[in-house]
Amino acid sequence: MVLGAAAALALGCMAASAVAQTAADAAGRAKPGAAFAGDADGAFQSPFSFGEPDGEKMYRRVCAGCHMPDGKGAKGAGFYPALAGNENVASGDYVVYVVVKGMHGMPGVGRMMTDAQVADVVNYVRTSFGNKYRDKVTAAQVSAVR
Amino acid sequence: MTLDAALPMSKRDLLALIGRTGGAAAMYFAMSNLGQAHASPFKGVPVLDGGAKGASVLILGAGVAGLTAAYELRRAGYKVQVLEYNDKVGGRSWTLRGGDTYTELGGAVQNCGFAEGNYINPGPWRIPHNHYAIMHYCHELGVALEPFMQLNYNAYIHSSKAFDGKPQRFRHIQADFMGHVSELLVKAVKKDALADTVTKEDGEILLEALREIGALDKDFRYVTGPASSVRRGWAKGPGGGLTAEPIASEPMTFESVLRSGMWSHITDSMDTTHHTAIFQPVGGMDMIPRAFAKKVGDVVRLNSKVTAIKQDEKGVTASYVDTKTGEKLTAQADWCICTIPLSILSQIEMNVGADMAAAIGAVPYAASLKVGLEFKRRFWEQDEQIYGGITMTDLPIGQISYPSSKYGSAGPASLLGAYGFGAFAFEFTSLPPAERVARTVEWGSRIHPQYKEEFLNGIAVGWHRVPWTQGCFGQWTDEMRAEHYKNLCQIDGRIMLAGEHASYIPAWQEGGILSALDTIGRLHQRVMAG
Repeated sequence: MVLGAAAALALGCMAASAVAQTAADAAGRAKPGAAFAGDADGAFQSPFSFGEPDGEKMYRRVCAGCHMPDGKGAKGAGFYPALAGNENVASGDYVVYVVVKGMHGMPGVGRMMTDAQVADVVNYVRTSFGNKYRDKVTAAQVSAVR
Repeated sequence: MTLDAALPMSKRDLLALIGRTGGAAAMYFAMSNLGQAHASPFKGVPVLDGGAKGASVLILGAGVAGLTAAYELRRAGYKVQVLEYNDKVGGRSWTLRGGDTYTELGGAVQNCGFAEGNYINPGPWRIPHNHYAIMHYCHELGVALEPFMQLNYNAYIHSSKAFDGKPQRFRHIQADFMGHVSELLVKAVKKDALADTVTKEDGEILLEALREIGALDKDFRYVTGPASSVRRGWAKGPGGGLTAEPIASEPMTFESVLRSGMWSHITDSMDTTHHTAIFQPVGGMDMIPRAFAKKVGDVVRLNSKVTAIKQDEKGVTASYVDTKTGEKLTAQADWCICTIPLSILSQIEMNVGADMAAAIGAVPYAASLKVGLEFKRRFWEQDEQIYGGITMTDLPIGQISYPSSKYGSAGPASLLGAYGFGAFAFEFTSLPPAERVARTVEWGSRIHPQYKEEFLNGIAVGWHRVPWTQGCFGQWTDEMRAEHYKNLCQIDGRIMLAGEHASYIPAWQEGGILSALDTIGRLHQRVMAG
């Protein structure tokens, strides 16, 4: 049934209900390939998966929605944690886990990325905004977390 | 069987017929539609009699859940205080009008440039008739409702991959899909292909039903002619005088409709939360919180950011900061009903048990985007005869919803230019607001070429940037509910939660109100027993 919903939606029919969206998210990254050409950053290819081709573009076009373009997060009634100077970023495994599984209100956006895309964006975050963690995470590490 | 033929039958006869031909499930759903059986959990506001024994309740959050709790508890005699982060009540029940300023997380400021009377509802925008609890409060508080044009047969279905990207009228897709499918099924019945499941007698009924459902001609064909044109529209409609004779339109081929994928939108308004009748408050969704505020606004403290919630055997203390003055304050009560979204609450220090804490931390908040656009004129009405309703598209804007009010009026009008979820919503949210609006205009112009000439201004809300929710709604899965839902809704000492996240109706105001009513009912039992 989930697959059926995903297939119907993949034909380009984005249902506008919360329930449908939950079903679509549960179905995970739709395969194969991109539904649209996308923009210069590879964004807007599919409602079910991110098409951004490298870590920098993925960060700028997805993660920055909450963690902000400068990686400094934001504060309102709650907060989005800064990734700049965040001690938790020292652990590549931790960041992979959060991207794939989510954390509190943060959705597991990594479910809409390939293993390589998750690894790329994690490596980008760990070497940007003043972070200098040179050990790279791999797609295999991401796969193990799923 | 036509509707007219059905009318003389008693309801019981009709149900018997449906039950015979459609099985028990069809019987149940038909009964629901006829109002003889329904699953509404709302049986009226819980009776909170017996006095409040002097008990006090601190309510955190002045969205519809918090406002409902405040209104009912105060009426029952409780001492009630509400803390609200925002500078107004309503939470996600929110309307943006001309002159409003909206500052999102990250600091981007948008000034809504709409003309007087134009608005968008960035959050909830529809009230189904079967959301009985919010309907109850609209009626009780005097909130004027008007029909929300959910299903408009003359609006479009659009796919960038079908019909060369040319939008198709909903009535064409629906009539042609149902017509062709009905004709196919007729062929199967006539070949006795269904003989093992459909008796000969039922087969005869089925043929007549298919002719009716599919708008087939006398020979059970879906072809150019009066039967199909009455359903899908004429090439030239019947008129008066010498040129009155209608000209039938030609249906699209079965293959072109099937392969377009557009059939998937035929059912968009068939689920019960989108059935006609469906409403909107006249003038904007925030008319509901405004009406609540007339009753309980005096106990709501605005600009109050909760930073910690602590309970002991005697009561609950919330620490909060006045966001205007920076002053640190506390509020105390015997009990606390917390309606703060879990996305925020999971970041607030609170001494509840491990089970509730785990539940609070388990629910991700969905991405969503809405963009309101204002145009110089109602070209969708004037040029395309679309009065309200929704055009669905596979473009990242998701849909276009035309205003369900002030039809035919002159001057600028606003519509909902984008309402998206999923990856597109994340990607939209990452853009600066002006860029969200610009892309919405660009994509929308593929459906309405008038967009570029007529565009005036727009405002864009990406829900992960909304300072008081950090997301659109609690995105439960069945697995998460099995593990955490009851732990989230239980009373933990003196603290209990309410809101759409504590309901099985995510993202709808009905869920928030029903959870509030359930919570105050259980609280009152506890107080009476205490």
